Amino acid sequence: MLELTQQIVNGLSLGAIYALIALGYTMVYGIIKLINFAHGDIMMVGAFVGYFSLTLFGTNIIIAMLAAMLTCAVFGVLIEKIAYRPLRNSTRIAALITAIGVSLFLEYVTIFLIGPSQKVFPDSAFPVKAYDIAGLSILNKDLFVFISAVVLMLILQYIIKWTKTGKAMRAVSLDQEAAVLMGISVDKTISITFAIGSALAAAAGVMVGVYYNTVNPLMGIIPGLKAFVAAVLGGIGIIPGAMVGGFVMGLLETMVSGYGNSLYRDAVAFGVLILILLIKPSGIFGKDTGEKV
Amino acid sequence: MQKNNKWIKFATEVIILTVLFSLVQYLITAGLLNQYYQINLTSMCINIILAVSLSLINGFTGQLSLGHAGFMAVGAYMSVIVTNMWDYPFIAGLLAACAAAGLAGFIIGVPTLRLKGDYLAIATLAFGEIIRVTLQNIDYVNGPAGILGITKLTTWPWLFGATVLTILVVVNLINSSYGRAIISIREDEIASELMGINTTKYKVLAFVIGAMFAGLAGAMYAHYFYIIKPETFNFLKSFDILVMVVLGGLGSTTGAIIAAIFITALTAALQAFPAIRMILYALILIVVMIYRPQGLMGNKELSLKTFGRIWSGRK
Amino acid sequence: MSLMKISNLYKSFGGLSAVLDFNFHMEQDELVGLIGPNGAGKTTVFNLITGVYKPDQGSIIFKGRDLVGLAPYTICAQGVARTFQNIRLFNDLTVLDNVKIAVHKDVPYGLMSAILRTPHFFKGEDQIEQQAMKYLEIFKLDKKKDELAKNLPYGEQRRLEIVRALATSPQLLILDEPAAGMNPQETQELMELIRLIRDKFNLTILLIEHDMSLVMGVCERLYVLDYGQIIAEGTPQEIRSNKRVIEAYLGEEVE
Repeated sequence: MLELTQQIVNGLSLGAIYALIALGYTMVYGIIKLINFAHGDIMMVGAFVGYFSLTLFGTNIIIAMLAAMLTCAVFGVLIEKIAYRPLRNSTRIAALITAIGVSLFLEYVTIFLIGPSQKVFPDSAFPVKAYDIAGLSILNKDLFVFISAVVLMLILQYIIKWTKTGKAMRAVSLDQEAAVLMGISVDKTISITFAIGSALAAAAGVMVGVYYNTVNPLMGIIPGLKAFVAAVLGGIGIIPGAMVGGFVMGLLETMVSGYGNSLYRDAVAFGVLILILLIKPSGIFGKDTGEKV
Repeated sequence: MQKNNKWIKFATEVIILTVLFSLVQYLITAGLLNQYYQINLTSMCINIILAVSLSLINGFTGQLSLGHAGFMAVGAYMSVIVTNMWDYPFIAGLLAACAAAGLAGFIIGVPTLRLKGDYLAIATLAFGEIIRVTLQNIDYVNGPAGILGITKLTTWPWLFGATVLTILVVVNLINSSYGRAIISIREDEIASELMGINTTKYKVLAFVIGAMFAGLAGAMYAHYFYIIKPETFNFLKSFDILVMVVLGGLGSTTGAIIAAIFITALTAALQAFPAIRMILYALILIVVMIYRPQGLMGNKELSLKTFGRIWSGRK
Repeated sequence: MSLMKISNLYKSFGGLSAVLDFNFHMEQDELVGLIGPNGAGKTTVFNLITGVYKPDQGSIIFKGRDLVGLAPYTICAQGVARTFQNIRLFNDLTVLDNVKIAVHKDVPYGLMSAILRTPHFFKGEDQIEQQAMKYLEIFKLDKKKDELAKNLPYGEQRRLEIVRALATSPQLLILDEPAAGMNPQETQELMELIRLIRDKFNLTILLIEHDMSLVMGVCERLYVLDYGQIIAEGTPQEIRSNKRVIEAYLGEEVE
């Protein structure tokens, strides 16, 4: 029982990271029906910004995270403007292929600029401490990841529910044409969605750096795919769904590595994805909709 | 008259292919084609097989698959098991590779091809990765380390035969009533189904045939490059093939062939700069999608007739 | 026996009833119209018959066989063909190929024949071409056989859709608002075309239409659908004077 609780505790921080990344996927899909394949790579860029902020400028972890979020928000907006906007009226397949292109571009430009090897996230920025609470061992970095992720999610909920921007985002994702008629600027709203989604991914990137202690140019691929699975699991386009999906994926993964074969850890995510797609493609919280003829 | 044309066209094709085959064979036996060129020639043929088979799925059927490397892996491993571990001849290995990859295509295709567009793309990507992770966990084939010291059986006649066979099957299929049924799915799946086309059956058919040839390419690869490991067939390899199909034009066999040749040459030229090569791939995907989403050739084909027209135009 | 008999058909979408206890029959060689205000559920009925949607309840007996639960392509093979409200041609294919696809279900050669290019294949292809051309000639589209479907003018696209449906050699042809977007002149031509089709191909035709003049002029029997339910049935004359129909159409012109 204690061991299970320990596994759950371990899974929560990983789940929080997946949830943060999944939010970006789901927000973008909700608004322009695009699987932003490059989203995981935005996370990677965020991790590197955080890394350089810590090593070159010696900032503390909070500043590093904010710097990463700001940089990636700008990146996200630029990527949307340059690569996705011209394709807004073409097929979803064309947009997906472009997104794959953007993903490869970010990965290999990073490799080109700073080399393919992994970098160790500075330990000094975050001296690891373990707390012993009721027989459970809880690391301070797990706490840090979990708490900052929850804070960010609460801020996001506030923005979406209570601000004008959030209302515009919801309106555009429901019906773009109607939103235009209501005087909402679709372009601006989409830009803001990319900015917010990318900022969350960047925060997640810095957390991944803290969590795994290393960063590398291809680090975005697998967590990106897992977060995507989380988004689909919760029902893509549905924000609470992405959070729940993220935690489920995190817990599942720690369970599989804890009790099963850790070599299959990555396969589990894909297995889950295929199961949802086959059984209920609209996800846990989604509604099934048929095609209009 | 029309019948005559048919035979003239057929004869011309046979002559061109024979000349091409003999020429390269001569260059190899005469030692005029050094190791470097031979390797690139092999890669080129394998890439053509991969691109043409994927274009059947992505281009003609309109079902975006991102798991082609998975089928290539199945074929590669199966053929090596048959030839190297069980000591059967190469042809048995090739047939087993096609059969195994085709079976994998069937098992994966039946459930996933119900999905549409981007969902299908992600599901096939997931299946491709599952194939890779599974291979990593099978001790019989050495897990992540892969299989080393595979006998080199892929020679120019085999390679040429496999490439021509792939192109022939895909082109003949596409230019038949079955091919039209397949293309109609890309054009409008619902209309196609309501015009009496069993769309599920034809999607699976295209997927299985595509997978079989990916398996053949895998077998050719394994028996040329001595070593196979699961990592070789990850989804970046699938993206490589996708780049060729997208660049060539979704729905053009000749486009896929030209793009495969071009990409192979580009890869060879940039061998020392792998990052730049990948950046170029990325830019190709983005720029083609934004400025020429139909690819170089669109759904047009380059044929002898086209050359004929250019020729008479010059005169 | 009726050619088609639909009993107690129900369909709802997310709690919203689109078709409610729909009962309907058609005899051989009849020309029946299904009319009703916008959103009455007419196209949903077509989608249920052709297998695009599955009904929640009810049966659709066609030539003695229940169509419910069959895949659309099987229903087509049973002899039901249709057109679409918003044209759904194979846009990037030629006019000829559009029709050839519709005759594919009776393809005279096997897959291996096609791949190996046997004499059987070439003979079969000639057969398919002749058959497709036959239909195109009747509808005067033969001269445009090599044009892409998307490049045809609107009226011809509508016509090509009907040709394509006919090429599946149906017994029941379902036309979903064939006159949508047509001017009175074109509508008149369409009426003649529909009569010609029925006489020439010995068909039973079911048509949805908004254009009252077309329905009244060409149909022998009408069903009126409102809120997913049949509210009236009868000859055009009877429907014209039916009080419930006039109520349902209140605000719309019934001439």
